Amino acid sequence: MELDPLVLSRIQFAFVVSFHAIFPVFTIGLASYIALLQGLFFKTQNPAWDRLALFWTKVFAVVFGMGVVSGVVMSFQFGTNWSNFSLAASNFIGPVLSYEVVTAFFLEAAFLGILLFGRGKVPQGIHLMAATIVAIGTFISAFWILSANSWMHTPAGVELIDNRFHVTSWREAIFNPSFPYRFSHMAIASFITGGFVVAGVSSWFLLRGRDPEANRRALSMCLWLLLFLTPLQAVVGDFHGVNTLEYQPTKVAAIEGHWETATNVPLLLFALPDQEAQENRFAVGIPNLASLILTHSIDGEIPGISEAPPEEQPPVMIVFWAFRVMVGIGLLMIATAFTGLILRRKGRIYESRLFLKTLVGMISLPFIAVLAGWIVTESGRAPWLVYGIMSHADGITPSLTGWMALFTLIGYVLVYAVIFYAGVYYLTRVVRNGMLPEHEHASVDRDADRPKRPLSAAHTPFDDDVDPVRS
Amino acid sequence: METFDLSIIWAVIIGFSVIMYVLMDGFDLGLGILFPFAPDEDARDVMMNSVAPVWDGNETWLVLGGAGLLAAFPLVYSIFLPALYIGVFLMLAGLIFRGVAFELRFKSRRNRHWWNRAFSWGSAIAAFAQGVVVGAYIHGFQTEDFVYTGGAFDWLTPFTVVTGLGLMAGYALLGSTWLILKSEGHIQDWAYKITPMLLGIVLVVFAIVSIWTPFVNQFVWERWFGNLRLIWIFPAMALFFAFLVFRSVKQRRESYPFLATIGIYVFTYLGLIVSQWPMIVPPNYTLWDAASAPESQLFLLIGVLFVIPVILVYTAWTYWVFRGKVRVGEGYH
Repeated sequence: MELDPLVLSRIQFAFVVSFHAIFPVFTIGLASYIALLQGLFFKTQNPAWDRLALFWTKVFAVVFGMGVVSGVVMSFQFGTNWSNFSLAASNFIGPVLSYEVVTAFFLEAAFLGILLFGRGKVPQGIHLMAATIVAIGTFISAFWILSANSWMHTPAGVELIDNRFHVTSWREAIFNPSFPYRFSHMAIASFITGGFVVAGVSSWFLLRGRDPEANRRALSMCLWLLLFLTPLQAVVGDFHGVNTLEYQPTKVAAIEGHWETATNVPLLLFALPDQEAQENRFAVGIPNLASLILTHSIDGEIPGISEAPPEEQPPVMIVFWAFRVMVGIGLLMIATAFTGLILRRKGRIYESRLFLKTLVGMISLPFIAVLAGWIVTESGRAPWLVYGIMSHADGITPSLTGWMALFTLIGYVLVYAVIFYAGVYYLTRVVRNGMLPEHEHASVDRDADRPKRPLSAAHTPFDDDVDPVRS
Repeated sequence: METFDLSIIWAVIIGFSVIMYVLMDGFDLGLGILFPFAPDEDARDVMMNSVAPVWDGNETWLVLGGAGLLAAFPLVYSIFLPALYIGVFLMLAGLIFRGVAFELRFKSRRNRHWWNRAFSWGSAIAAFAQGVVVGAYIHGFQTEDFVYTGGAFDWLTPFTVVTGLGLMAGYALLGSTWLILKSEGHIQDWAYKITPMLLGIVLVVFAIVSIWTPFVNQFVWERWFGNLRLIWIFPAMALFFAFLVFRSVKQRRESYPFLATIGIYVFTYLGLIVSQWPMIVPPNYTLWDAASAPESQLFLLIGVLFVIPVILVYTAWTYWVFRGKVRVGEGYH
């Protein structure tokens, strides 16, 4: 079998970036939640808020640490596997990605330390401020990364001279046409992810009768948040889709499994897109609905996949189904949030074991939805790396051979498997340890705590035979 | 003229980041390399605890240098990384394992020996890979029209193996002199004992590389044996500092060995830079060839000039807080 460095590099990038993405998508939402808890504590002085904040800060520390580790690899991927792209786009991508690093450093050096280790050592107001700035900082990091990514989808503010992009307007390049939609969609996704994880873990504790007061508060907050955010996400997603229709019509056509340009396009619920035959098999759909959603008119015309020549078409099967996974999970989330509202009105929100168990089971779903969404948007722009200008084949490292790419792909999978196993195992222990009893709560104080080593904030042993006090 | 200035400023920033990284991550990687040879488990605890508060901050400079390269000298980024493809992977894998091992070793007991192994192997591999980069840089890269055209293992030659092993010994030397500074009793005795040996290995490699370098690279040969006699001051100073290390170990001084080792590094590093200057991707491209557009260099410069002082203050503060000896049984965790 011929090893294709292009395919292997794409798989490698998809693997590395997916593995990385699950951590920040959670920490971004969680950071804001922690800031909110700190704010509530500051205002009400109710210790339940403080204990919740401390518990989730530990979880945040571990997840943040894993995000940093996997992020370092990301910053090398552009050069090792996509060196032609890196060189061509460096005038824009370079400073933008570096600003993300600068932001992250500034945060870690100054404010993450206060958030993780300043409890009881700095005034409450300062601690609250640190939590708020860390939350804002996670958004600034996401801002730069999503700006770079969006620019690759909808390049703007640059001109191409001698195969190199030169920035003509930083404002246009950074705030390129798809950026506001992608950023909003992703920001809400982070809140929803954080919301479902906190709701799920709180439910897990409630099912075991642990710390009912604090966990009820946490669950209730999350359900209000989700009730508002899950439908909002559907609306924002719709706007994002309309924007994509304008700039990347082929992607939208692939999402819809829509081959020939037509009006009155149905919304397909099921189909097996056949790329070779350029048609669907076993298509089941709702008449006119896709036209209505995308053009807001029943007989709106939607360009088909075949507008692009076959070699410029994305892999329709992947895009089509990843989109349905994302939307399916999204609908499930909306349903769950509304079920919560109904149960709340009946006053049974904390008693319904089935509902609590469902929430525990849903912890992993937002992550799957986020990854599916990224698969839609990234596979959907294939074969373009910089949309319409530079293809994957143009951007790859010329000296890269198939076996080199395969070697590192296997290598990263192995390394991440070990790290992920150790990380998730450890995280599970942190969560199981739960909140500190109130009398211990005030006495946590350690010299070893270092802001740039967030794991040191977790104070949970890795295996059982370490001293039973939460060391 | 404007391009000229910005490229020089960026060369200084990145050059500074690289030496900061080498010095600071050098001693903690060095301790990882020495880890299996430590006299006992107490010594291992002290070694780890002596760098526990600072090792992560040390790696800040690697990330800053790497990101800065993509933004300021993208050609370096887009030629070095493909050319060193396998080596980069090994280095990252080493650094990741060692970082995670560092955190989880403190939190485990039953599994501690696994984390010990991950720590020492990860450190050794990362150090070797970085030494290989130095050797590959001296060698130069096969390029055509701003693209790397060599093979997957061009970086692995007898010469680069020597520089790889040399940097491992050099990092071990930084580690042992750091340990002299931070420990006492039998652990410090051990550090005193191994330091002259490590210094000897470093000097042998130093000699081999110095003699060998002009033969692998004509440009470097002409630089050293041309008219620029003044540059011989760099190896002379490096040797002088090596002598200081030797003497201060004999006198059992505590901080001099480490400081003098830094001196060896700084002057060797300067010697390396003048060997290739102004080539940044030897043998074909100067730092101006490798530069990004001036507006891009300027755009990032604003942010970097803002953050570097923050990092420096933070670093200095950390080292100040954790100054003094690390004692047995007085762990950070």
